[in-house]
Amino acid sequence: MTEAILTAEGVSKDFPLPRSLSDRLAGRPARAVHALSGVTLEVRRGETLGIVGESGCGKSTLARCLVRLHEVDGGRVTYGGTDVATLTGAERRAFNRRVQMIFQDPYGSLNPRMTVRQILAEALSVHRMVPTARIPDRIAELLALVRLPSDAADRHPHAFSGGQRQRIGIARALSVEPEVLVADELVSALDVSVQAQVVNLLLELQERLRLTVVFVAHDLRLVRHISHRVAVMYLGKVVEVAPTATLFDDPRHPYTQALLHAAPSLDPGSRSRRAAARGELPSPIAPPPGCPFNTRCPHAFDRCPAEVPFLTSRGPDHVAACHLAAPRFESAR
Amino acid sequence: MSAPLLSVRGLTARFRAGGREVTAVDDVSFDVGEGEVLGLVGESGSGKSVTLRSLLRLLPSGARVEGQALWQGRDLVAMPDARLRRVRGGAISMIFQEPMTALNPVLPVRVQIEESLRAHTALDRAGRRARARELLDLVGIPDAARRLDEYPHQFSGGMRQRAMIAIALASEPRLLLADEPTTALDVTIQDQILKLILDLKDRLGMSVVLVTHDLGVVAETCSRMAVMYAGRIVEQGGVREVFASPRHAYTLGLLGSVPRAGTERSALRSIEGTPPGLAAIPPGCAFNPRCAFATTVCREVRPDLSPRTPGHLAACHHSDRVAQASLAA
Repeated sequence: MTEAILTAEGVSKDFPLPRSLSDRLAGRPARAVHALSGVTLEVRRGETLGIVGESGCGKSTLARCLVRLHEVDGGRVTYGGTDVATLTGAERRAFNRRVQMIFQDPYGSLNPRMTVRQILAEALSVHRMVPTARIPDRIAELLALVRLPSDAADRHPHAFSGGQRQRIGIARALSVEPEVLVADELVSALDVSVQAQVVNLLLELQERLRLTVVFVAHDLRLVRHISHRVAVMYLGKVVEVAPTATLFDDPRHPYTQALLHAAPSLDPGSRSRRAAARGELPSPIAPPPGCPFNTRCPHAFDRCPAEVPFLTSRGPDHVAACHLAAPRFESAR
Repeated sequence: MSAPLLSVRGLTARFRAGGREVTAVDDVSFDVGEGEVLGLVGESGSGKSVTLRSLLRLLPSGARVEGQALWQGRDLVAMPDARLRRVRGGAISMIFQEPMTALNPVLPVRVQIEESLRAHTALDRAGRRARARELLDLVGIPDAARRLDEYPHQFSGGMRQRAMIAIALASEPRLLLADEPTTALDVTIQDQILKLILDLKDRLGMSVVLVTHDLGVVAETCSRMAVMYAGRIVEQGGVREVFASPRHAYTLGLLGSVPRAGTERSALRSIEGTPPGLAAIPPGCAFNPRCAFATTVCREVRPDLSPRTPGHLAACHHSDRVAQASLAA
C-alpha cells in the first residue's frame, strides 16, 4: 500500500457565530457552526481522493484545513508525518508550495488587474522556482501544459472564458511544482462540455506529473470518474471511505446509499418515482446527537441518536460509520 | 398524439445589447402534449430560459418576440397584455431556479399563496385560507398550519422551492413551466423536488416544460426532450431515442461529456472550444467550429430541424454519420 502523504487526524473546525447583546444578557451560550467534527482521513501519494457531500457537510472546510488556509480547532493535519500547524518560516513556505489549492470560482481567484504573465511570474518568483531569465520560457511551457495559446500570456483574466480561466488557475498551481493539488469544486461553475475538457486535462496532468489530487465536489458522476478512492461526508463527519468501485457498487452507509440513489442516472430506462431520502439536512449549528444521519435514516434505531458510530472496517480498505454492518437501501416512505 | 396543449412555432426573441440587436432565441418550434414532461436542455446562453420566459412575456423591456405560441386556440405572443395576465400564473404557471429571489421576502408565505388564489380563483376569504393550507400539505411541507405564517427566509432552500410550487399550483394550472427548479438544491433535495413535480403532474393532470442543463435530470423525469444550442433547437425527440442514438453532433458530444459508470479515469469525449456568444454566432450550423463532423456545407448552409425517424428531429447535415458514430461509441 502506498504511503499517506497528507492526513487529517481527528480534525475539528468550528466557526463561531456572532453573539448579540441580548444573547449575552440572557446568558445564552455562544453558538458555532460545527463545520468539521473529528475528521480522520488520509491522502496517499499518487492517488486521487474524491470528497463528496452536500452543502454544509464540511468538504470545503476540510480542503482548506488540508492546505492550512484554516487553522484547525482540534486534531491535526500532517504532511509527510509533520503537523502542519507547527511549520514556520522556510518550512511553511515549502509546505505552501508543495500543497496547492485550486478554487471553484475562476473569476474570484485571479487578480483582474494582472495579466496571465504577471500572475504566473509572481508565483514563479515568490517561490524562486526558476532563475529570472528563465521565467518567460517557463510561462510558455506552463501555458502549453494546460493547452492555452501562447498569446494568452499578455491578456487579463476577463478576456478568457470560464474554462480557460480555470486552466489559468491550474497553470498557476502547477507553476510551483506541487506534489498535492487540492481542487475545490474545480469544474462546478463550468458548462458540461467545458467541464469534460478540464477533467481530461486534470487526468492527463496527474499521470504526467505524478500528482496527488484531492478532488472535492458535489457531483457524484465526476467524482466517480476521477477518483481512486472516495470519502463521503455528512454534517462535518466522514461517514464512509472506500475504493471508488467498492463505494459505488457496495455502499454500506445509509447516507451514501441515499446519495447514490438520489443522483439522477443517465439511463432513461432506470427511473424511480420514490425519493431516495426523506427530510432535510439538519443545521450544522445544532447537529443531531449520535449519528448525524439518524434524523433521516430509514434504519435508525435507539442506538443511533444515543451513540456516535465510528468508522469501522467493511472490507479491504473500506470503512463506514454506521451501527449496522450491511443495511439495505430503502427509499423514502 | 392528440392535439397538443401548447404549440410553439417560429418563436424568436431579440434583445438590444451594447447598441446592437442579438438573437437569443431563433426560430424555435415545439409542441407540449397533454400530461407530458418536455425537457429543454442546453448549456448557459443556449436560449432555453429565454424560450420559456418569452412564452409568458417575462422578458426585460426592449425584448422583441416574434412567432406563434398557440394555447387553447389563442396566440400567447399576440395576446393583449390584460388577457395574458389572466393566463400567466393562471392556466400556465411558472417556477424559478432561485426561490429566494422569486418569493417576496417581506410577506408571509400565506399572503403570497392567497394572492394567487385571489387573482385566479373565485374562493372567498375563508376558502382561500383553507386552500392555502391544503396546498402546503400537497407540496409536502410539514406542519403547514404554522408554517403558513412564516417568511421565506425561515424556510430552507428545499422548502422554499416547495412553497413556490404551492403558489404556482394555486391556480390549478394546465401547464407548469419550470426553469431550472432544482439547480440550486442539494442532490437529495433535488431528487425530492423532481419526484414531487412528477407526482403532482399525475395527480393534477398537468403538463410540464422543464428547463435544465443537467442531462441526468432529463433522463430521470422527461418524456420528450429538445436540445438547444446558440438559440436554436438542434435535436428533439423521445428521451429514450435521443439518449440511445443522438442524431446531432452536439447532443452526441454533450452525452459524451458526462462521465458514465465503467469508464472511470479515461478521457471523456469532450467538445473542443466553448459555446459562441450571442453576438458572434457562426454562420451555417452554429456548432460547426466545434464539430468533428463539420464539412464545407456546415459552414455555409444552416441545417433545418427535420425528422430523421418518426418523432425524432435533428438539425444536422451529417445526421447519419452522427448516428453511426453514436452506435460505435
